[in-house]
Amino acid sequence: MTVTTPVAKTVDARGLSCPLPIVKTALAIRELASGQLIEVLATDPGSTKDFTAWAKTTGNLLVESSVDGAVFRYVLIKK
Amino acid sequence: MDQSLSLVMFSGTDDKLNAAAVLTAGAAAIGRPVHLFLQYWALDAFRADRIGADHGLAPEAGDAGRSAVNALQLAGQAPWHETLRQAKELGEVEIQACSLSMDLFHITEADLDPLVDGVEGVTAFWLAAGEGQVVFI
Repeated sequence: MTVTTPVAKTVDARGLSCPLPIVKTALAIRELASGQLIEVLATDPGSTKDFTAWAKTTGNLLVESSVDGAVFRYVLIKK
Repeated sequence: MDQSLSLVMFSGTDDKLNAAAVLTAGAAAIGRPVHLFLQYWALDAFRADRIGADHGLAPEAGDAGRSAVNALQLAGQAPWHETLRQAKELGEVEIQACSLSMDLFHITEADLDPLVDGVEGVTAFWLAAGEGQVVFI
C-alpha cells in the first residue's frame, strides 16, 4: 500500500540502532497534530517489528511499511 | 496492572549499561514508567567526571566482542548515556542512586552526572517499584 498524502515530517533514522528509530519517532510525532503523517527511514533490521508493535500500543496508525534495499520506510498517521 | 518497570543497575561495563539504556528507552517509548536504581559499579559509571569514559566490557565479550562493539561505535551508535538522556526526554524515567553505594565510593550527589535525579535507600526503591516488574542488570 502506498500513501500519497504529503507527509508533515520525516525522521531520518538511517544508521541508528535499536531503539533510537522508535525514540526519535516518538519525540517527533509529539509536534504533529492528530491526523498528520510522519515518515520514518531506518536501517535497523528489527525496526519492522518494533514499529508494528509501537503503532499498535500507542494507537498511531501504521499505513505503510516497505523496504527498498537496506532502507525501511514507515508512514504513520498520528492518533 | 502496574505497568512500571524497575531496573536495578549493578554492572558498570559499557555493554551492560547500554543494554539497560536500550530497555529503558524502549519502555519509555510505549509509555511505561521506568525507575533506575544505580548500585555499585553502575553508580561509579554515572560519576560526572567519567560518564563518557571507556568502562570496558563484560568478561564474556572477549576480543571478538570488543571488535563488534567498536564497529558499532564507529558506525555511529549512540553511547548509553545519550540513549538514557533521550529516554528521559521521551517518557517518565527516574534515575536514583543507591545511598549505600554512594557511601561505598565516598561521593555526594554533586559528583554525579545530572542524569541522576537523586539518592534513595532500598526501601524507597521497593516502594517505587510497587507491583511492577523488576530487572537486575
